[in-house]
Amino acid sequence: MTMWFTKDHEWVRVEDGNTATVGITHYAQEQLGDVVFVELPEVGRSLAKGEEAAVVESVKAASEVYSPVAGEVVAFNKDLPDAPGTVNTSPENEGWFYQLKLDGDPDTSDLMDQAAYDDYVASL
Amino acid sequence: MPEGMNPMDAMQGANSPTVTGNKGLQVEEPLIFEMDSPGKSAVDLPPAPETAGGDRLGGLKRKGRVGLPGLSEPEVVRHYTRLSQKNYGIDTGFFPLGSCTMKHNPRLNEKLARLSGFSDVHPFQPTKTVQGALELIDTLADWLKRMTGMPAVAMSPAAGAHGELAGMLAIRAALEARGDARSIVLVPESAHGTNPATAAAVGYKVRSIPANDAGRVDVDALKDALGPDVAAFMITNPNTCGLFERDMVEISAACHEAGALVYMDGANYNAIMGRVKIADLGVDAMHINLHKTFSTPHGGGGPGSGPTVLSDALAPFAPLPFVVKQDSGWHLVEHEADPACKGAGKTPFGRMKGYHGQFGVFVRALSYMMSMGGDGLRQASDDAVLNANYLMAKLSDVLTPSFEGPTMHEALFDDRFLKDTGVSTLDFSKALIDEGFHPMTMYFPLVVHGALLMEPTETESRQTLDVFITAVRALAEKARSGQAKEYFAAAPHLTPRRRLDETRAARKPVLRWTAPEATADA
Repeated sequence: MTMWFTKDHEWVRVEDGNTATVGITHYAQEQLGDVVFVELPEVGRSLAKGEEAAVVESVKAASEVYSPVAGEVVAFNKDLPDAPGTVNTSPENEGWFYQLKLDGDPDTSDLMDQAAYDDYVASL
Repeated sequence: MPEGMNPMDAMQGANSPTVTGNKGLQVEEPLIFEMDSPGKSAVDLPPAPETAGGDRLGGLKRKGRVGLPGLSEPEVVRHYTRLSQKNYGIDTGFFPLGSCTMKHNPRLNEKLARLSGFSDVHPFQPTKTVQGALELIDTLADWLKRMTGMPAVAMSPAAGAHGELAGMLAIRAALEARGDARSIVLVPESAHGTNPATAAAVGYKVRSIPANDAGRVDVDALKDALGPDVAAFMITNPNTCGLFERDMVEISAACHEAGALVYMDGANYNAIMGRVKIADLGVDAMHINLHKTFSTPHGGGGPGSGPTVLSDALAPFAPLPFVVKQDSGWHLVEHEADPACKGAGKTPFGRMKGYHGQFGVFVRALSYMMSMGGDGLRQASDDAVLNANYLMAKLSDVLTPSFEGPTMHEALFDDRFLKDTGVSTLDFSKALIDEGFHPMTMYFPLVVHGALLMEPTETESRQTLDVFITAVRALAEKARSGQAKEYFAAAPHLTPRRRLDETRAARKPVLRWTAPEATADA
């Protein structure tokens, strides 16, 4: 199980080589402030890498969430719309956004691993 | 008041030092529904006449209460008067909300808008009975065309974003007419949020163009992104950082060379009117927020008005309706079949709204223009820019300006000056309310961190600005002392209500009042 990060502060966890879970990072939720609304992609939707997949809205701003990898949506976090605060309390676990079925090995060439992402955040 | 309690906190709710919960002559105002006294009424209506064979409603007579509150006339008058006293607006004080252009609305505008020849007309009246109103629309259009140097203007858009929509629909119509429908609209990071939203609403894919370190469009990145699929470039100028896009001429030329059209968001036109001829910038379409730039009351959702000036390339596609002068007088062209439309080479893309535009706003805007004159309008822009730069100059050493000055009509700061103080932009803004000021715009634009965007407009005197500057400087120093984190976190302290729970309001909004006990089905 490997976790990758984007410069836009999404994370993607590749579970078993075939499925990936996507969410936004702790840093992202901290910058957004209290999350009040989350819009998630429908099951069956096919997402290209970098495509706008979800919307997260806080008291301060609305932001798009771009898919870090390509694939077909197989599940979304049904609890989030009613409890968007989960994105603040558990951004990298219970606050996940959606799951993708991957089409082969995901392209991670432009993604960062945990150490690289931590350095990136520290540089901001 | 309990021992050790903050006197400010003690004034809230159950801990109120007064029996009633009121503070001096500031009355705790209930909802009007909570003031209901069934049976009481401010008007006397005669009882419904009995008719032979029962009522005439065929069994549709209401069985329960409507649920409207019963109050006497003085109760209603006091309720709404007290609510209005809780309001804060440009008529009560300084309102530096950035990007919103809260300038004074001259009373002369109101006087003219109330002339019965303007206020009592109806859009269905025969046009021969509203010749003056049509002439006013044409005169206003003429002023807008002369000021911008643009050959045409669509008058009907009802607000800024609606004007954007009109401009982008004209662009789409023009491209389709030349058999070159394209799919992408480029929008820089420094644009208004409505720009990408408009492009998407018109059916285009949006691509973002980064800003350079000076807060302006990265021209090289734009040139790289231009191509045969790019329909248009939408740029806000002056942009949301309060900066003039100096490369505008080069940008327009590059777009035109690539076959794309240029939309310029003119929401910030109040900074450059009389100083910049829009046509010289190579712009194809630009909306003008009459309600901002030309001083008509706005906020709270309306009414706005967003006429869109158009280049020769777009003029034939301008939406219906429009006013033309004919031998018989002023004529309103409402249909494509009108000889003044098709016969005159015009192919409108459609209609933006019912009726003919925001007429009340037209009257006020033209009143402002004609009373100010060309030189007065130019001076209004100059003074707005001067005021913003005065704020910038007087605050730059205690706040952190995001970009190097000089600025245009607004001054943008970010939250670096609050770093490690534990005070946020939100806390800082709330503390300004205690000092008697409506806070500036915060957390917008998104391109800088924890933004504070101040737009003083030409309305404010140096005296007003100096008091504001003194307050902001004192608060900044207080925040940076590191000793006042709790003070800021609890602000505002002196308002009828303290810090509102915005998160709960957004997550679990209570949108309508419900009676404590269910009333009978109405």
